Parts: sequence; structure tokens; C-alpha cells
Amino acid sequence: MPDLLPSDFADLERFADWALPTEGARYDKRLASTMDELEAFYDAAFPRLEAAMAYLEQFGMDNLPEDGKRLLWLFAALVTVSFPVEVWRQPRVPDSGASVFDAVVEPAI
Amino acid sequence: MPHFTKPAEGSWTEHYGIDTQPVSYEDSISPEHYELERDAIFRRTWLNVGRVEQLSRNGSYFTKELDAARTSVVVVRDTTGEVRAFHNICRHRGNKLVWNDYPAEEVSGTCRQFTCKYHGWRYALDGELTFVQQESEFFDFDKADFGLAAVRCEVWEGFIFVNLDDQDTTPLSDYMGELGGGLAGYPFHKMTQVHRYRAEIGSNWKLFIDAFAEFYHAPVLHAKQAVSDESRKLQGVGFEALAYGIDGPHSMVSSWGGMSPPKDLNMVKPIEQKLRSGLFGPWDAPDIGLGDDLPPSLNPARHPAWGIDSFVFFPNFMLLVWKPNWYLTYHYWPTSHNTHIFEGTLYFVPPKNAFERLQQELAVVTFKEYSLQDGNTLEATQRMLESRAVTEFPLNDQEVLLRHLHTTARGYVSDYQQQHQTSTPVGISAAS
Repeated sequence: MPDLLPSDFADLERFADWALPTEGARYDKRLASTMDELEAFYDAAFPRLEAAMAYLEQFGMDNLPEDGKRLLWLFAALVTVSFPVEVWRQPRVPDSGASVFDAVVEPAI
Repeated sequence: MPHFTKPAEGSWTEHYGIDTQPVSYEDSISPEHYELERDAIFRRTWLNVGRVEQLSRNGSYFTKELDAARTSVVVVRDTTGEVRAFHNICRHRGNKLVWNDYPAEEVSGTCRQFTCKYHGWRYALDGELTFVQQESEFFDFDKADFGLAAVRCEVWEGFIFVNLDDQDTTPLSDYMGELGGGLAGYPFHKMTQVHRYRAEIGSNWKLFIDAFAEFYHAPVLHAKQAVSDESRKLQGVGFEALAYGIDGPHSMVSSWGGMSPPKDLNMVKPIEQKLRSGLFGPWDAPDIGLGDDLPPSLNPARHPAWGIDSFVFFPNFMLLVWKPNWYLTYHYWPTSHNTHIFEGTLYFVPPKNAFERLQQELAVVTFKEYSLQDGNTLEATQRMLESRAVTEFPLNDQEVLLRHLHTTARGYVSDYQQQHQTSTPVGISAAS
């Protein structure tokens, strides 16, 4: 299988399935994951955040290569999983029950 | 012991001449009252349906479902660049003119003319009927008599509004009042990076405005969103606004915003420390050319701790301007007395790089996490209000905007009833 992420981030390749292009897809994957899975991804990605941002800064937003886009999606997913890992201790937002908020307009990366 | 100065009367509520008695929420649980609101409010006020950026070129259009006002409108930038609105109905036999696949869903796009799917009648973007299939088969027929039914449409600071009341001649700029006038010149047009969320909410439309028009709930309902030491402190202090404003049917609350950036990094979560962003937006505000010279409606107390102003433009449009140079809109579109569609839209200056994009992503996702809690709480409130087990509720001074909203909405209904001599349903009045 070809590498999905830039070679500098080969250590995150095993989490490349988190590189999802929409907020809705990232949130759905969070709800479908266990806390162990969320924490494993968070623990691997969080220390790499600064390096990833420094790497992506060379391209600007309009010229991201495909593997760079996937890297940014992956770190957008880190934002999504930060809530259960840092505060909720569960994948779902507490007291959110049946309520659903769907992203209907979202800038593409 | 107040932390921020209150008016000389001792409370914001009394300062604005609003009563202080317990309130009834019969106006939020009665199907009959909602039917009156549809005509008295949603067919008689200026309704914000979008932004000019949604109509980026001539021929750009979008449709808006206005269930409460019993219609759908199509909003379009015509060939001369003018923004127009029409009832979304073909003049031939009443088919919905602009839609794709699902008649109840909103659509947008760009076109040179509108063509009805049913019999192929065509309309120019200024509403003129330009083509009728087998025109000679019609009787005494003049196409000039069958243009699209126009809806009054005006633009305020880039926000597009429609008004379904043909009798009302109030210009939009007058309707927006001093609060709206005092926002003139704020560079909304520079914030074109848009994230919009939509939710079906199981409550009356006014109850969600209530939830966003007071911050009294924030330290409690959202307690777990802050780190625990900070959370305990916030609950201990509670919430006080810097200022409240009431202007005709509209209102605003001005609030402090110590989290952008926080005084102490330990007050916020690790992801917020790393990305320098959170609920209050990215801490590194982009330059939007304002300097310290805020328009008069923003931070009216001119308080150094200012963080966010929330405007309620009657009936269903909220505008939140945040100190770090971004803004948020809320729209509440009723679909019945106890359901509505909520739209929350975040607007940022387009990010220059991946880091800024992630800063915005954190603000967006934080907004979503808070809103999920707010939305669910509303359904719980609606269900119990409908039990009518308790019918009078005390509101405190930090909830002054709620009293004003419900009083205003009831006023529109009673004015409408007087003009139309309809009977008053039992029990719809302020508790006395």
C-alpha cells in the first residue's frame, strides 16, 4: 500500500484512516471508536502537531499536495478526538442524547 | 456583589421598563398561539435569509424554506447585479419553481433563467415570464401579466432580508434600528470562510433564542468543557454581562471574554494551548482594519475585558461578534409550535496556512460540542413545559433579553389580533 502521508510523518501512517475530508466523517469515526482507540490516536498525533504545522506552512492553503491535505485532515481529526480524550472520557458529548448537528457548509481543504 | 456596573435603577430589567414578575411559557407550548405567530410575526417582519457572498455572481441563486411564513422564496442576483427575491412558485399551476429531487429541500446554484419542471415555463432573473409552452393555446393571454410574484428584498451590511408583508413600508435599515445602525462599517465582508451547522430541534423557536440570549447557564451546563479548577471557579463567580441593550423589538448582551487568550494557559485544555484557539475563536486575531475604533454598537460599555456581543434581531436572527475578529450567526426557523430548524454559521477571515485552518477548526468543533448540549437541553425543557405541571417561572436580571423577546413576540400577536379581530386564545399573556 502506498504511503498516504508525507514521509516525514511515516510514524502516523498506521492512523491514516483518520485522514477524513469532512468534519462529519471525523465525528462519525469518533463515535464509532472506543476510548482506547481514541487515546492511542491522540497520544501518537498530539506530540506531532507542531512538526506537522511547520511542514504544511511551506505550501500555504491553496497549494497543499495530496499527502499534505491528508496530513491536515488527520490533524483536524486530532481536534475532533481531543474532546473525548481531554475532557469527556467518552466518545459522545455528555447530555447530547439524540441531538444532531450536521455540517451543511464547510470549506474544503 | 456585582462585578460590573448596573444602571441606576439597580437592575437592567427595571432600567428598560420590563416587568419583573414570573413569566408564563404558554406562548411556547400552544399550537394555536404558534399559528398566530406565523402570520403576526413571520409574515410581517424582515427575515434574514442569507449573505451577499452566497450570490457571488450574476445568476447565482438560493432558495429558502420559510415554513413558518407558509412559503418558499428564491433569492437571486439578476443580470444587472441587483439582489431580488420571489415566491418560489410557477405562475401557471403553482408548481414549486426551483428545487432538485426533493421538494422540501433548499438548493443553490447559478442559472441564466428559471425553468419550471412541469410545463417548461421560463422566467428571466428579474421575474419576467419569457416563454410559455404552446402560448397560443391560452385564452386572452399576455405574458406580462404572469411574472413571478416578487417579495420585498433589501440588504443590510451584506445580509439579505425578505419581508412578506406587502403593506409594511418600513425600510430594512429603519427596522434594524440603532443597534443595527451602530454596526455599520463592521467588515463582515472580509470573513468569507464559512462553516454552517444545521439541526432539527425539539423545542419552540423562542426557547433556543432564550438559551443563547443568556449566559447564566454557561458555567453550569457547560461546566465540563473547562478544565476542572477553572470550571469550579466559573461556577462560583456565575455570570454577569458587561451591558444589555434594548432597541424596539431587538436587543443585545455584551459579555466579557477572558479566554482569548486566557490569563493563564493552565486554564485551558492542552489542544487549546497548542492551537491557541477555543470557544472564543483563534487568539491571534487577523487584521481587519478596525484598530481600536469599534462601531458604536460593539462593546457599548467600552470595557477592556470585552469578549463578545450577541445581538437578537427580531424575530429569529442572532448575530455574535467576537473580539478576535470573527462572527457567528444563529437562525431559528420554526416548523411547528414545538420544533424548529436551527442554523449556526461561523465566519472567519480565510486562513493563510494550515495552522490557522486548524485554529478555526477547533473553534468550529467547540461550537458544535456546546450546541449539542444546548440543543438536547431544549427538548427536555419543551417536554416539561408542555406538562403544564408548573406554569409560572422566575427570571433573573441576567435573563432580561428573554423577557423582552417573549413580550415583543406576544405584542406582535396581540397587535395582529386587534387588527384582524380574531379571538384571543385562553391563557396567552404575561403571567400576572
